[in-house]
Amino acid sequence: MIEYKMKLEPELVKILKGEEGDTKRKILETLVIYGEAFGAKRMVKITHGQGHLVTSFGTPIITPVYDCFDEIIAAGLTVKEGFTMDPRPLDHEGNVKYSLLDKIINGTAVFGKQKYYEEKLKKVGLKDSDSFSCTSYLPECGNTPKKGDILSWSESSAVNFTNSVLGARCNRNSGMIDVFGSILGYVPEFGFLLDENRKANWIIEIKTSKIPEAQLLGSAIGIKVQDGVPFVKGLDKWIGNKLDEKTISYLKDFGAATASNGAVGLYHIDGVTPEAVESGDKLIKKDAKVYVIDDAEFERVFKSYPIMWKKKDAKPKVCFIGCPHLTYYQLIDWHNRINDELNKKGLKKVTTEVVLNSAPKVLAHFKKDHPEMYEEYYEMGCKLSSICPLMYTSNPLTHSKAILTNSNKLRTYSNARYEFDSKVLDLITGGKF
Amino acid sequence: MTKKVFKGRVITGGEVTLEAIVSHQGVNTLATFEKSAIMRSKHVKASDQNNPDIFNKDITNKALCLPITIGSTTGGMVIQTICNMHSNPRAFLFSEPADSIGLSGIVLAKVWQNSNVICIDSLGEEFLKTVKTGDMLEIKKDGTITIL
Repeated sequence: MIEYKMKLEPELVKILKGEEGDTKRKILETLVIYGEAFGAKRMVKITHGQGHLVTSFGTPIITPVYDCFDEIIAAGLTVKEGFTMDPRPLDHEGNVKYSLLDKIINGTAVFGKQKYYEEKLKKVGLKDSDSFSCTSYLPECGNTPKKGDILSWSESSAVNFTNSVLGARCNRNSGMIDVFGSILGYVPEFGFLLDENRKANWIIEIKTSKIPEAQLLGSAIGIKVQDGVPFVKGLDKWIGNKLDEKTISYLKDFGAATASNGAVGLYHIDGVTPEAVESGDKLIKKDAKVYVIDDAEFERVFKSYPIMWKKKDAKPKVCFIGCPHLTYYQLIDWHNRINDELNKKGLKKVTTEVVLNSAPKVLAHFKKDHPEMYEEYYEMGCKLSSICPLMYTSNPLTHSKAILTNSNKLRTYSNARYEFDSKVLDLITGGKF
Repeated sequence: MTKKVFKGRVITGGEVTLEAIVSHQGVNTLATFEKSAIMRSKHVKASDQNNPDIFNKDITNKALCLPITIGSTTGGMVIQTICNMHSNPRAFLFSEPADSIGLSGIVLAKVWQNSNVICIDSLGEEFLKTVKTGDMLEIKKDGTITIL
């Protein structure tokens, strides 16, 4: 048995001694070593039993993941309340165009183990075959923690959202650490689980002349504060104080960019997010640094992004909207904006391949409530999918494609070019750089 | 010339002399390792275009000197995978306390893959200001790093 310093419940000591099998022992051992490195003094029970896992892609190279799951299955271990997953990497519904070569490469070298992997996930507790989205916290997806809940989740944008907007408590766990905590029902107590670490060490002052683009603002903050906790002042002037669907959608996109362009796991928006509403400036540490974002700083950050396209003014080959996955509100909003832009330009269809991504259960909600809009998307030449656009770009053949996106997260991990929503709208309806 | 010596906290130890590769900004693990891993390259050529310090450089079997890791929470699993493929940096030398993603990757690699990856953190800001890409670093079991 490993030496440990933290206080463990008798049931956990038994596990660590190997009395409940070697696999369970290794799972706990991993969490104890991991937690003690961050000064955790004990393990605490998770209070929201449903997990969320980030590793949703069956890439042949991740053999350590398959081996771990095989051990877990052989030991008869499961996540009792089930778990949701990040989006699937591929669209088999015909909503994303793949060449024959794309299909061969995706089906072998890149995601050749997808079915094999999903079979394992089912055995360990995957909720259902529609539980693949990075926005599993949305009401339609049925995995929404409440304020104060302790979670064992991963997916940088989901952890960021649940901590900041829902007021739940979760560390930025890695793939595998997520499922380990969910199986055991315990996580090490450190980081964002503790009040003192939820205080802000950065004050962000928004002094822009118009509403900041969510994903550019998040990127600027993520790059600046890295893994810090920002307290954002002056944003409520633009987004209001009510956590309605529009604001939630904005914060989802904002947070995802802070988490991918930096390592932000928790942020506070003055007068908007729950802990900021409750405690106000008391949430700010005395020695907090200040970062002012005005129009000039916004421009500087935007211009700092390298353009990875071979031909800088190329016509976009494909455009992905919805990384993270779009909310119900955003599906309606994008429908109306594309429709209006086409009408304004006298066009019937978009001029490039456009894929809008949303969770399977959010798409089902949208289709049920707005069947006419759903049909019109296709009439306008757009496709609705539930894939992960980031995983789309894992195929090396996509690296030379001119991929356009409004997602700063997708830009970070690929050669995709990021543009503001308004520019994206123009470019997919015949506009040029 | 006086040798510069730094001491950090040992997460996983080892004794070895390695060439340094230095990132002054957080290393985005997924963006850095994914392309080489998918291509099953024996050597990782860092593919994060947003990190000019290491972009396109070979980081396998070197001492990756960095403040923290950033980005996707797949990061720990990515580190575990590249350790399993033996294309990992031989050592992760963090100037700051290691972050949860980077550190979980090291722990996963150690417990589940029995990897010999070295991880030392809290080496201090001065370490990252002093060490240069191409320097040779002598790493000791007690967390002492000497720039040769």
